[in-house]
Amino acid sequence: MTAPTTHSADEVLLGFARACRAAGLPVTADRERTYLTACAAVGVADAAGVHIAGRATLCSTPQDLDRYDAVYAAWFGGPAPSVSRAPRPAPPVTAAPLTDPDHDGRGGPDEDDSDIVRATASATEVLRHRDIAELSAADKRRLAALFGALKPVSPTRRSLRHTGSNHGPVDGRRILREQLRRMGEPGPIRHHTQASKPRRVVLLVDVSGSMSPYADALLRLAHRYVVGRGPVEVFTLGTRLTHVTRALRQPDPDRALVAAGATVPDWSGGTRLGEGLAAFLDRWGRRGMARGAVVVVFSDGWEREGPDLLGEQMRRLAALAHRVVWVNPHRGKDGYEPVQQGMAAALPHCDDFLAGHSMATFEAVTRVVARA
Amino acid sequence: MSDAGAMDPADAFASAADLGARLAETGYVGDDALATVAWLGLRLHRPLLLEGEPGTGKTALAEALAEALDLPLVRLQCYEGIDATQALYDWDFPRQILHLRAVEATAGAGSDLGDVEDSLFDERFLLSRPVLRAVREAPVVLLVDEIDRADDEFEAFLLEVLSTWQVTIPELGTVSATTPPVVVLTSNRTRELHDALKRRCLYHWIDHPGLAREIAIVRSRAPEVGVALAQQVVGLVQRVRAEPGLLKPPGVAETLDWARALAELGAREVDLERAAATLGAAIKYREDALRVREALERILGG
Repeated sequence: MTAPTTHSADEVLLGFARACRAAGLPVTADRERTYLTACAAVGVADAAGVHIAGRATLCSTPQDLDRYDAVYAAWFGGPAPSVSRAPRPAPPVTAAPLTDPDHDGRGGPDEDDSDIVRATASATEVLRHRDIAELSAADKRRLAALFGALKPVSPTRRSLRHTGSNHGPVDGRRILREQLRRMGEPGPIRHHTQASKPRRVVLLVDVSGSMSPYADALLRLAHRYVVGRGPVEVFTLGTRLTHVTRALRQPDPDRALVAAGATVPDWSGGTRLGEGLAAFLDRWGRRGMARGAVVVVFSDGWEREGPDLLGEQMRRLAALAHRVVWVNPHRGKDGYEPVQQGMAAALPHCDDFLAGHSMATFEAVTRVVARA
Repeated sequence: MSDAGAMDPADAFASAADLGARLAETGYVGDDALATVAWLGLRLHRPLLLEGEPGTGKTALAEALAEALDLPLVRLQCYEGIDATQALYDWDFPRQILHLRAVEATAGAGSDLGDVEDSLFDERFLLSRPVLRAVREAPVVLLVDEIDRADDEFEAFLLEVLSTWQVTIPELGTVSATTPPVVVLTSNRTRELHDALKRRCLYHWIDHPGLAREIAIVRSRAPEVGVALAQQVVGLVQRVRAEPGLLKPPGVAETLDWARALAELGAREVDLERAAATLGAAIKYREDALRVREALERILGG
């Protein structure tokens, strides 16, 4: 160790732990203490031991390990002692500087003059059915308010557990338990049925350039799902895959959207649907997130790469998920045929193919998902 | 319980190297980092949180630790919807009813109600589930397998037990462990664990082993496999693992299965025909099998 002799070992180690925290590792005071105890146990003279002790106490995900090694090299000088092999590569989730997330065109104040209160039932009804891509900024703002009324219901699945019921199989345990309470006196026959649990919903939102008129509305829809009950996960697809559930998990939709915008690095970029889906399936889906879930893909099916990869990944997705719903904003338009290569490759693996260009179609989507 | 079991696991090994050597004796071939982390876990009474690809020996480490320490292994397999009654304890209702009937028949109406109730909630009607068993019978090795499959609520419950090593049964009182059990948690990362639980634990990521270590693992776990065969199979698996785009790269467990399968067929060396016939031992997806079969022809044929 190259630390100057004027500092005690604890000071050097503590300073290192602080440096790790500054580098973004989840180092808390109790972790620091554990780290010092662990170093004392292996002996501070044992450089390799100290290195491993830090890995075990200061890191908690494979991504932390790389960062830890970098800080270690910087702090103690020289490369970190090699430990087995390099850890897994970081997942494709990255925080990027804020790009402008506001696509709803909440633009100039001069547009405000058209914002007369026309909240009559018929005006709202018309708004519900209009294509979001063709709305004015003022209409979009009114539409945003309509999202509040959207109450997505989670689909359900049968759980392992049973609950009391008036019909169904006889619940022997409950009868015995009650009998026990009455000192063995027999009582009424109880029944139970299988309970149900909310099924996970996974939303994959395409935020590439061709989808940008709808991206804001789709994320608002996703936000309604996230703040509702039941497990929901949201990802954005573009040139890469981004996990935005955490960013959307706040009650205020506008703040949630800004937070999501700050997380998504590839807003309005190109589309690599196949690669994005592959990343989702490898990193999350196959490990359990997509298993038995209702997966909703919001995309127009424009694929920059060839359709083969997309078709293959959709097949994998369909094999894992309970139901795959594809929502295409162009579907609702006159004369639309799913002829884009990507769409054609994906369609055989979708259970539902829905329109998604207006509020009314979003309501239809929530109904289909709730029934799934 | 044996003599070695009566001593505190914290003092069982003087250094990480000792533990590593003892683990190697039991047939578990790990690297220095793993031995150090495991030894620290014993010393500091901290649970070990092992993450890694499936089939890299996370569960096997707990078994090897139990053998090395000469302690019983208590295993708790987690699954979706697991709750405290499956992890802690439950009352044996049918036996309690029988007991109640027996008391009624023999003692009649004269018996004291309080006594009857006390006798009903006796230890002999208590069904100890893994966590309570680990607390009562400590020192033991408690393996909490695939914690990522359980729910958040269960994780919180586990965190509580892991930090206090106490279990309170309302009818009986509090049970606490004299020496904290050695705890190994494994996770396949299907769900991100809560940070509070991770903070309690020593974290280690188990990666696929390198060539030399994997050969050593095969040799120690499957002695019936010849040296030449083991080297060839491991070399093959390592190249297959490096193959891009596999849905599920084979883990060490698959290497072992494959080597055993080939040894069972009487193979001394890997040839294309036998390798293709036994591929199912290592590769579990059809798409992967097609890809690997092509690669096999390239590697073995060329």
